[in-house]
Amino acid sequence: MNRDKTFGPVCPIPISDYPVVLLAHGGGGTLTGQLMDKLFMAAFDSPQLRNKTDSALLTVNTDKLAFTTDSFVVSPLFFPGGNIGSLAVHGTINDLATAGAKPLYLSAGFIIEEGLSMTTLWDIVVSMAETARAAGVSIVTGDTKVVERGKCDRVYINTSGVGIIEHNLSIGPSQICPGDNIIVNGDIGRHGMAIMAARESLGFKSKIESDAASLTGIVQTLIDAGIEIHCLRDLTRGGLASAANELAAASDTTIELDESKIPVDSAVAGFCEVLGIDVYHSACEGRMMIIVPEKETNRCLEILKKNELGHESAVIGRVTDSKSTPVVMVSAVGTRRVLSMLSGEQLPRIC
Amino acid sequence: MKFIDEYRDANAVKRLADKMASVVARDWTLMEICGGQTHAIVRFGIDELLPDKVTLVHGPGCPVCVTAALTIDTALDLAARPDVIFCSFGDMLRVPGSGKDLLTVRAQGGDVRTVYSPVDALAIAKDNPDKKVVFFAIGFETTAPTTAMAVYRAAQEHVANFSLLVSHVLVIPAMESILSSPEASIDGFLAAGHVCTVTGYYAYHAVAQKYNTPIVVTGFEPLDLMRGIYACVSQLEAGKSEVDNQYSRAVKPEGNLPALKMIDGVFEICDREWRGLGTIPASGLKLKQEYAHHDAELIFDLKPSVPEESTVCISGRILQGAAKPPQCPAFGTACTPEHPLGATMVSSEGACAAYFKYRLLSKR
Repeated sequence: MNRDKTFGPVCPIPISDYPVVLLAHGGGGTLTGQLMDKLFMAAFDSPQLRNKTDSALLTVNTDKLAFTTDSFVVSPLFFPGGNIGSLAVHGTINDLATAGAKPLYLSAGFIIEEGLSMTTLWDIVVSMAETARAAGVSIVTGDTKVVERGKCDRVYINTSGVGIIEHNLSIGPSQICPGDNIIVNGDIGRHGMAIMAARESLGFKSKIESDAASLTGIVQTLIDAGIEIHCLRDLTRGGLASAANELAAASDTTIELDESKIPVDSAVAGFCEVLGIDVYHSACEGRMMIIVPEKETNRCLEILKKNELGHESAVIGRVTDSKSTPVVMVSAVGTRRVLSMLSGEQLPRIC
Repeated sequence: MKFIDEYRDANAVKRLADKMASVVARDWTLMEICGGQTHAIVRFGIDELLPDKVTLVHGPGCPVCVTAALTIDTALDLAARPDVIFCSFGDMLRVPGSGKDLLTVRAQGGDVRTVYSPVDALAIAKDNPDKKVVFFAIGFETTAPTTAMAVYRAAQEHVANFSLLVSHVLVIPAMESILSSPEASIDGFLAAGHVCTVTGYYAYHAVAQKYNTPIVVTGFEPLDLMRGIYACVSQLEAGKSEVDNQYSRAVKPEGNLPALKMIDGVFEICDREWRGLGTIPASGLKLKQEYAHHDAELIFDLKPSVPEESTVCISGRILQGAAKPPQCPAFGTACTPEHPLGATMVSSEGACAAYFKYRLLSKR
């Protein structure tokens, strides 16, 4: 094909900067953002993509649907609190749930390395089935590819999901207003550190369990109670910091967080200190930011705390209209600083 | 969390800041040596809590930052070789030499592995007898003992395929270099707490005396830093220049004797080039002759060429405390953590990276 500059599309990421894809391009931080904005968005441009939400919102006749997809490549395959299968189901359900949709149907695509133990695959699949059942979701279609040994790391799973929006609330970054409060439904950073602890040969005995969970039930409870939710965002790769920065950018507001109010498990905090990793950049898989108007805050918090996925819910900050910095962190000693997105790959420091 | 919460107590920090404001009468410039301290100061905004008369400047104590570009180019050369497994602390992976970094070498097929200890690299060598395993040994006296331990064990156990690219550096020669520089005017030092856990602080007495400069061994939490700064300012106001330990929960005067013995057994002192500072005499550690067969620079055929460094970047002046990151014309524009031009932007503990991460206002 003729790739002459005049006729064909030209890769908009300067090749001199990144001649090859780095791991950091998949880390959920600034390089991932660049890849999205400059490469995928440039090629696939559509009104839904431009919304930059985890789920695309579609109207079919009069029905409002949410549609999303996610791929899972986690190593180790099994970790305290879950496995690649349960994660693949939770992750896609959460993208739908935080779009305000009730998840209905999932697909499951497998890329399997030859030699994977059949028992391992069975355990993963059973876990997916149980997770989906518990969330009231059906896995209705799928695909399997097997590749030669060494061409992938045991098994990768892609899930796509469809959900229906059965309310008249408009939930999304565009609804975020100065004065809104920001709630999180529990302690943050646990999934990232559970994986790190299980993966790295650190010689630590860790009891850190992933927070992976399906958020559909807890979101549905808020919607059923008529809470005027402005925005929901599940915290995944890149953690609280990346989610907060994305929302601040998408809503053109400033998000102000109080460090002393953000719930962090002490084992997770300790692990982060030792590795030199910022807990606000550590992944979660069962946590979300819930952004509500001030008048709804107390009622929302009460409902959340009654839910098993929300006992530790806390108001961690607020939305302001000072547009100087996307996310401001009020530190434990009362000073103010920038909370930036994860830049590049999460690397432990040396001393 | 114990040992964290009580040292991040906002009221205690505030009380100490108020107390300092009541004793300080003259202008003082203090330098914190360690990059970990710089990071904590900027992260917690400690400098914003200080009286106007007390200024903090940031020192050269980030080993990742000061590793010479030439050494990093050597690392990139080794890491790209098909028969090499190159092991490094995570932070070194995105430090550019002249052009690319270890992450790029890995993406292009080099076997580059992150380890948390040189002893892990030794284990990799034992598991891969058909490969040459090289560990990138960087850091101050904090990391030197574990490097020494790995070499010692490799020699004992005859692990012939294990070698080290050594770029260890020493704190005191750097302090003396800064004190002798016409560029900087430092009234007092906050010594690097974690280095002192190994070295102790006897050797600081001579420096404090020679340069008439108080040196306070200081920790890394907000209250630790405030205590260190307060103790240093109190000495300056009283006309003293003594060595004081404000991190006694971790630091003993004599340091860690077995660790020091291990360093002495394996390393000898050498001149070392520091990125941004140039060559400082007797400021580095290299393997002794008896461990030469584990020295990657001696056993590999290396043809290093002198790398080109940015002419805009002022990291050398920043590392000496003569300038602050926002004074650099490239800061936050041509130079960012993803595209660092100089030493102080490359590591999360570099002064420029800390300012970029916590201080830069968005330009939207």
